[in-house]
Amino acid sequence: MKNQNVIYGINGPVVTIKDTSSFSMLEMVYVGNDKLVGEVIGITEEFTTIQVYEETTGLKPNEPVEGTGSQMTVTLGPGIIDNIFDGIQRPLRSIEEISGAFISRGASVSPLDTNKTWDVTIKVKLGEKLSPGDIYAQCPETSIITHKCMVPPNVGGEVVGVNKSGKYKINDTIVVVKDENGVEHNLTLCQRWPIRTPRPVKRRLATTIPLITGQRVIDTLFPISKGGAAAVPGGFGAGKTMTQHQLAKWCDADIIVYVGCGERGNEMSQVLNEFSELIDPKSGKPMTQRTVLIANTSNMPVAAREASIYTGITLAEYYRDMGYHVAIMADSTSRWAEALREISGRLEEMPAEEGFPAYLPSRLSEFYERAGLVENINNTDGSVTIIGAVSPQGSDFSEPVTQNTKRFTRCFWALDKSLAYERHYPAINWMQSYSEYFTDLDPWFTKNIGENFVRYRKKINAILHEENKLMEIVKLIGSDVLPDDQKLIIEIARVIRVGFLQQNAFHADDTFVPLEKQELMMKVILHLENKARQLISASIPISRIIERGLFDKLTKMKYDVPNNNLEKFNDYIKEIDEAFEDIIKS
Amino acid sequence: MIIDYIGVKEIKGSLIVIDGVLGVSYEEVVGIRLENGTVRQGRVVQIEGDRIVVQVFEGTKELSLENTRTRLKGHPMEMKLSPEVLGRVFDGAGRPIDDLGEIFPEKKMNINGTPINPVARVYPKNYINTGISTIDTLSTLIRGQKLPIFSGSGMKHNELAVQIARQAKISSEEGENFAIVFAAMGVKNDVAEYFRRSFEESGVLQRVVMFLNLSNDPVIERTLTPRCALTVAEYLAFELDMHILVIMTDMTSYAEALREFSSSKGEIPGRKGYPGYLYSDLASLYERAGMIKGKKGSVTQIPILTMPNDDITHPVPDLTGYITEGQIVLDRSLAGEGIYPPVSILPSLSRLMKDGIGEKYTREDHSPLANQLFASYAKVMEARSLASVIGEEELSEDDKKLLEFGKQFESRFVNQSFNEDRPITKSLELGWELLSLLPRKDLDRIDDSILDKYYRSLDTATKDDDSDNK
Repeated sequence: MKNQNVIYGINGPVVTIKDTSSFSMLEMVYVGNDKLVGEVIGITEEFTTIQVYEETTGLKPNEPVEGTGSQMTVTLGPGIIDNIFDGIQRPLRSIEEISGAFISRGASVSPLDTNKTWDVTIKVKLGEKLSPGDIYAQCPETSIITHKCMVPPNVGGEVVGVNKSGKYKINDTIVVVKDENGVEHNLTLCQRWPIRTPRPVKRRLATTIPLITGQRVIDTLFPISKGGAAAVPGGFGAGKTMTQHQLAKWCDADIIVYVGCGERGNEMSQVLNEFSELIDPKSGKPMTQRTVLIANTSNMPVAAREASIYTGITLAEYYRDMGYHVAIMADSTSRWAEALREISGRLEEMPAEEGFPAYLPSRLSEFYERAGLVENINNTDGSVTIIGAVSPQGSDFSEPVTQNTKRFTRCFWALDKSLAYERHYPAINWMQSYSEYFTDLDPWFTKNIGENFVRYRKKINAILHEENKLMEIVKLIGSDVLPDDQKLIIEIARVIRVGFLQQNAFHADDTFVPLEKQELMMKVILHLENKARQLISASIPISRIIERGLFDKLTKMKYDVPNNNLEKFNDYIKEIDEAFEDIIKS
Repeated sequence: MIIDYIGVKEIKGSLIVIDGVLGVSYEEVVGIRLENGTVRQGRVVQIEGDRIVVQVFEGTKELSLENTRTRLKGHPMEMKLSPEVLGRVFDGAGRPIDDLGEIFPEKKMNINGTPINPVARVYPKNYINTGISTIDTLSTLIRGQKLPIFSGSGMKHNELAVQIARQAKISSEEGENFAIVFAAMGVKNDVAEYFRRSFEESGVLQRVVMFLNLSNDPVIERTLTPRCALTVAEYLAFELDMHILVIMTDMTSYAEALREFSSSKGEIPGRKGYPGYLYSDLASLYERAGMIKGKKGSVTQIPILTMPNDDITHPVPDLTGYITEGQIVLDRSLAGEGIYPPVSILPSLSRLMKDGIGEKYTREDHSPLANQLFASYAKVMEARSLASVIGEEELSEDDKKLLEFGKQFESRFVNQSFNEDRPITKSLELGWELLSLLPRKDLDRIDDSILDKYYRSLDTATKDDDSDNK
């Protein structure tokens, strides 16, 4: 056995092989007698280095290592949605059937169910010319998602064989195409794609449509586009995961890819529970029907954690190619960066900042650049929106992962510990956060919601900034000494903070708020501000306005006005007007 | 065929390097016999061809390049298990030290465990009544949760852990199936003795499994202690259907042992010299809490850690907080005022609380009440800092009320005796009583319907009602 490659050294998840030239960079390999999945990450004249995606305990030197000849790939086909995978696309439910409650090593299962039949409708005829990306068949994947089978990006030609519409399994050949060189390609319901290579697109489009989340602080103050990228940094307990869950539940993407990367096991079981019970308001079907979960919890092997992010984004791109709007939540990218650091340390690479490898920024940018609103190669439009949580060490935003993420995302939702301590959720700090998508999105808001939306937002923002300045003074000398017009700012900012920015995820109406209601809420608050300002300039003391209880009433209007009865806001306007007339009269 | 490898190539800290080893597997256990007949245990931590690096748990004192005979044991670190482990005392590496003899094993399990498949987990919802107001009301402990206590040296975290263990037991319906696994890592002898005595006094000693690696025990062995303890916990919970409370103290000592090992291995350090994989390593311990579909038992963890210099951003509390489902933070200034338990309300949190409380479990008003107490107490802090600048007299009426609320909240709600088992309803009532010190208009986290039912108007409320009626 001369050509057999065997293990030479083992150090944690890193395995080395001596004196071989048979592997290529990033090739997927099977390591040891248990056939643990691994990937080639370094080649020198003497050693080939492999990172192993499973626990290496018990591995011995001289056990065989087999190459597969291809890179780490995922299998793309029907059966992805409503499934839960680990970091290298092994379905966790099937693994449970094989190995029980604890994950054993070397579990070899097909990513997608190969025995399930799908109701396939063929979309092409004999003799038709197919280009890469063209849709040749489709089938209902879940009750709300239609799966479209597309010609792989590297294949094209004339249809020389075609089956009838009917029931097929994912590996059945349904269409045969012959390319220019006369080579025949069998097209099944699925295809494979390497996870570290972005799927091709025709061109990128300007990101001019917002991703509507129903979360007021996001939609109004820091909106994100479909195809945009946002970072959600925050220390532990600041509500990163809560925010990610809220977005996954309510944002108006067609498909959600939720990557639990190095996070808690109980959180994943919570997502599984909640999403199967929650009903998507648009389709009336359970949320799971549009969701894919990738769970690589913190105690699962660290190398697979590194891969999970790429697996997630590749699945997202595949559905984007069908013309869907996909949102991917990565919780948390810091764990992914730490996995990079851990592997890099085992390779004894020269560390840069805080022990992170020098290529951290380039890896981050590669990942975030896979977001975008694009015209696909089959001429449909689709988008991938990335929302990445960041867990800064010691809640310090100056650490490398947060800082580098900031460079490659245009939306920054900074979660604030002190807001979380007050149980102000979502704890997005309005002074530190920003969104660069305003200019792209303002025309959309003006056209679809109303011309006042943008104006209201600016005004709200101005009040909050003004309040921030005033609070510096208040902290030193108390609010009693402020002149009335400044007191008004403090009062109205309180209404904005408590009544508008704070949002209750457990309240039936408040958990998701349509844009129309958001606009009307701003309108009422600013109406009160405007009227009060008029009175104050007429030298009427603010205490007389406050005692009417209007400010307190407005902080509760988010609960008092149901989402389906927005006319009620007129009553508020009326009540404000009457109250102020009353004050003037008396 | 059993081979003894004579001598070592290199000794470095707790590590030895041996050449020419055949058939070794990664993480395999080795026995190292010295010339004087003592045997030490070690574990293979790196393999390079026929050269292996072994971590010696008892340290490398007295070892020379020639006086050792090393033998491979052929299996990874294992813990011997049987129902008899209840009531026993082990050392940090899982060997009995109570003179009651070896465990006759029904089963042996790898102490590293295997990750629980996320789809096999049951989302924890059953709340544990600890009889401590701050925990029950504001950061509820849930069965299957991992809820650490962040403390500092000199604070009463041990008492709090004992009180939780004692009172949680009594309120449990399945008290019969309750047991405690206690792991001491680098704590002082009298701390371990305190725990032992407390368990004895509350009559649960037969249901306690103790693992003791005290501060004068071998440091590297400390990295095994929590793994042995959790292996026993998993065995009792998932094979014998018991509800297990695991108390691990002190996680900071554990992390330091890991750092020592890592630096002797020459690894590239991350923050404060801790290895880059500290997060993954801690997660491999904490994530072993939980409940599994189809199994009756559960593993609940209360790790205790002392924050060096009371710094919550230190890597150990920081990374712990990212893994565990909340934290209970103790506060030195409260402790200084003689308040027990000195739970710092604002940074303390239980992530699983929201689904384990409310109408079905405790009471409908629990969640809004807790939110309001947090929010109001946060305002107390603002008012206090203002008062420290301009003096209490200059404060507005509302701020003065806040100060009063804050004072009573700390002395009546947070403060309770070590022996007091306060029922949840009493804690909630007390919460409402304290909120009634504040004007109703300031309670902006609570729905009117709940307020109508529970808020008791004091003199302040009448004034507000007047203005509403105008």
